[in-house]
Amino acid sequence: MSTTLPLGPAAGPATPALPSVLTLGLARARIEVLQFFRERDAVVWIFAYPIIMLAIFATVFGQGNARVGATGSFAGIPFGQYFLPGMVATGVMLSSFQNLAITIAVERDDSTLKRLRGTPLPASAYFLGKIGSVLLTSLVQTALLLLVAATVFGIEMPSTAQRWITFAWVFALGTAAGAVCGVAFSSVPRTGRSASAVVTPVVLVLQFISGVFFGFTQLPGWMQDVSSVFPLKWMAQGMRSVFLPDQFQAQEVSGSWQHGATALVIGAYLVVGLVLGARTFRWRRRDDG
Amino acid sequence: MSPARHGTDHGDGEAVVVEGLAKHYGDKKAVDGLDLTVHRGEVFAVLGPNGAGKTTTIEILEGYRERDAGSVRVLGLDPQTADRAWRSRIGIVLQNATDQAELTVGELVRHVGGYYPDSRDPDEVIDAVGLREKVRTRTRQLSGGQRRRLDVALGIVGRPELLFLDEPTTGFDPEARRAFWDLIRGLRDDGTTILLTTHYLDEAENLADRCAVVRDGRVVALDAPAHLGGRTARQAVVRWIEEGTLRQEPTDAPTAVVTALAARFSGAEVPGLQVLRPTLEDVYLSLIGETPAVLGADPDVVPADLLPARSEAHR
Repeated sequence: MSTTLPLGPAAGPATPALPSVLTLGLARARIEVLQFFRERDAVVWIFAYPIIMLAIFATVFGQGNARVGATGSFAGIPFGQYFLPGMVATGVMLSSFQNLAITIAVERDDSTLKRLRGTPLPASAYFLGKIGSVLLTSLVQTALLLLVAATVFGIEMPSTAQRWITFAWVFALGTAAGAVCGVAFSSVPRTGRSASAVVTPVVLVLQFISGVFFGFTQLPGWMQDVSSVFPLKWMAQGMRSVFLPDQFQAQEVSGSWQHGATALVIGAYLVVGLVLGARTFRWRRRDDG
Repeated sequence: MSPARHGTDHGDGEAVVVEGLAKHYGDKKAVDGLDLTVHRGEVFAVLGPNGAGKTTTIEILEGYRERDAGSVRVLGLDPQTADRAWRSRIGIVLQNATDQAELTVGELVRHVGGYYPDSRDPDEVIDAVGLREKVRTRTRQLSGGQRRRLDVALGIVGRPELLFLDEPTTGFDPEARRAFWDLIRGLRDDGTTILLTTHYLDEAENLADRCAVVRDGRVVALDAPAHLGGRTARQAVVRWIEEGTLRQEPTDAPTAVVTALAARFSGAEVPGLQVLRPTLEDVYLSLIGETPAVLGADPDVVPADLLPARSEAHR
């Protein structure tokens, strides 16, 4: 360590203005994205999982060009297309809920949060950074998934603006709700090391009961009722209304896409997650004073 | 560079004033009526054994923990309710941080500097802590000592008026410690007030203008390292062996005592003659209730033949 260089005096009394929350939020988002893409295993997992799942299901069930939902004059759709909405919904949940629930628990453990708490960085800028990075990673991930679906599996993408608008609001609402619930859930694991073990099963169980891997109507009635309480079921249903032809509305439990109920349930999670996250957020571990 | 003690010109008093501070965890009193004052521009060391309440105290001053009782003023404000502007005036060097492992040294110092209204040049800070050749290294690849130096860089990049260092040189090799001390002196000369906790008495002796010894959540002594413990604790001790037993006499004038002894032994060699001056460590050990090696067990009952080995052990 050399000290030949002058470091300049300590601060004087008339200090310039603090950087704005927006500036700091953007700086945080940049650094969060940088860190995210350097954690190679997490990147591979979060980005590849929905694509791998889609590939497996489309290949296994789509053998011999089997199609789903053929009735009368309607020829049905390829299995890949049938599974795509669930994979889109899963991907959003992974990159918002699972990603934040685990990384914030780890950051609480490794002193990232303690360090930030000791600086003039406002909490709002920290969360802005998280939201920014989740939005970007969700977008990249969904884009990758759709690209693979369209090019490798030849799945037809929606052609009307109406459907893309539905996609936009379900995606945005789902990402936001997943993110705030992830923040709230990050206080559940006791340590950073246990975070994956606590969060991953929750995500897996939700995927199975929410009709991500099977047709939702194939699930037992009680399971349908349970999953209707959670947002992933509604995310998947919203995405079905984007990527499946309208003939499939008849296969929904209610016989319609239920856009109103979808917005209501996911919106409720956004509000509840926000309130809960803000009230339970801790800069330090529970066992640390 | 001439010492520019900006801090003392602020006119808003002391850097830190703590009165009657108390904090308990369950039944355990971690801090129990602690008082101390840190002047602007000084290096102040808090010494004490593990569990004495050092870290709890410093974390209350940093605004991390809430106190149960007492009053605390840090740079004129209560850390419990202080705002962003206050946080921009302090610097904190964390213990055992392993955070943000995927960022490089350069990225992290630059990024954290951006939180502050008037930060130091990140490159100068990196040079000052000696991490120039590691600037592109990810923090997970740093050694323990390099990681601590990065923590110091992150603590000073915001140009703090008051810097908190919690056991900053734990795990440093001797050379790195010397270099670190130079860095701290440089910061002090530039007007930064520094509050550090340490296990190392030579660190307090080398760096601190004043130090407080904390025991059981209270300050048991507070003074310049050279005066710690008061006159009696720092008295020299003259020892010799007479009639097979160890004799000792605490005194402010050891030369006179030795002269008198020499006369009594008629100019012959005084057996086992020693003049001992308590080190800071001896004073410290007596303050925290451990028996210092020099002024140890009752000399009259120690057989003379054990003495040389005993004093060697002390050296």
